[in-house]
Amino acid sequence: MATKKYKCKVCGYIHEGNKAPETCPVCKAPASEFEEIKEKRGFNKENSVYIFVYTSVIIVIVSLLLSFTSGALKSRQAANMELDKKKQILSSLPAINLEGADASALYTTYIKQYVILNADGEVTKEIDDFKYKAIKDEFPLYIAEIEGQTKYIIPLNGAGLWGAIWGYLALNEDKSTIYGVYFSHASETPGLGANIVTPKFRNQFVGKEIMKEGVFTSIAVMKTGQIAEGQDQVDAISGGTITSKGVESMFKNCIGNYLAFLKKKKPIVETPKEGGSTL
Amino acid sequence: MKINEELKNTLLGPLSKNNPIAVQVLGICSALAVTVELKPALVMGISVTIIVALANVVISLIRNTIPNSVRIIVQLVVVAALVTIVSEFLKAFAFDVSVQLSVYIGLIITNCILMGRLEAFAMSNKPGPAFLDGLGNGLGYAIILVAVAFVRELFGSGTLFGFQIVPHSWYEAGYLNNGLMMMPSMALILLACFIWIHRSVDKDLQEKG
Repeated sequence: MATKKYKCKVCGYIHEGNKAPETCPVCKAPASEFEEIKEKRGFNKENSVYIFVYTSVIIVIVSLLLSFTSGALKSRQAANMELDKKKQILSSLPAINLEGADASALYTTYIKQYVILNADGEVTKEIDDFKYKAIKDEFPLYIAEIEGQTKYIIPLNGAGLWGAIWGYLALNEDKSTIYGVYFSHASETPGLGANIVTPKFRNQFVGKEIMKEGVFTSIAVMKTGQIAEGQDQVDAISGGTITSKGVESMFKNCIGNYLAFLKKKKPIVETPKEGGSTL
Repeated sequence: MKINEELKNTLLGPLSKNNPIAVQVLGICSALAVTVELKPALVMGISVTIIVALANVVISLIRNTIPNSVRIIVQLVVVAALVTIVSEFLKAFAFDVSVQLSVYIGLIITNCILMGRLEAFAMSNKPGPAFLDGLGNGLGYAIILVAVAFVRELFGSGTLFGFQIVPHSWYEAGYLNNGLMMMPSMALILLACFIWIHRSVDKDLQEKG
């Protein structure tokens, strides 16, 4: 640093040189009125190289932190998700009380089979691994046995107002009468659309028929007071019209894939007692 | 003693005199989104408190190294990272709560109170006071949220925390829940009423002229 900077305290003139000038060229103030301007200590934070390095470092630290947490917690989360899915499936069976019970033990007791159907309603695979995800043109079906009766559980997926809604539909052995339903949602409005999860809404479905004289009619979700022709109906949620309509179309779309299966009269599992199956 | 007084103000000021919602008018959008029922309002209040306090401390620790021109981005990165970590922990250790919170956790990132406190306080104060400031503002936010949710849930659904409060005999006698309470606009009207009451009690807060 060969040159220093001196600032005149009177007029603000800045002189560059090794020492202060004898008089200020602007206001004629003496050398004593000059003071040295010290370079800011440290370095310039507004330097673009610094900014670039700084943000890169922050980003690397943050992403390491995030991937570390996600890696460390992944197995616990997966176990939670699995347990939650089992709970959801079991929640479609009104006879089972999940309160305080071990969902995985209940699942093993009641859910006898997890099978994959094809579009013709035939069982193509029997799945042992609960984590198996059905791919395109594969339709998962859970078969439960409660008090000696077979129940078919169909997963449902649809869209509400803000995000996904989903659920499980348990049908009686006649493949038409609803034994129970379970609904959940990602982000419906609390107190309005989110009320599809309440027992008050869900219980309306129990005993309703999705088939009339062998034809798939689904379930209508109607405003209180309105009547749907030729199909069973439940009351929609006031203030949650779009979510309610979402439930209705979810029924229509998802069950539609299982029509071939639902129309078959014979039970698909011929020897359920032995736990074997026809593939 | 003076320092203690200051710290006390940092912590308690935001509860009333400098309330983030009622006085600073920050975080209004989330105040109307999560106050239909008490439970989400309370959980949101607690989560925001934790995250504001933590983010304040982190930003305060690195405040002298942050380049001025990218400070908002750095703050955002810190907040987003904290929110993600908190939600990952909830998913692993309190799954039921995380399912309930789903949307609200994400909403915290966009909460103006966070950015407001980081900019106004954490950038120019030591970590200790910054932590108290975050705690105070989070709690100030939570109080208003719970108050609004209390009124909305009680009159909108006749319940509190999901428990039936209005007796069934009233409904049989013709009492109806106030559907207007369920609408987002009602949150704003209630909020305005709270601000009105707050300012008529505390005359200092009234704007002059």
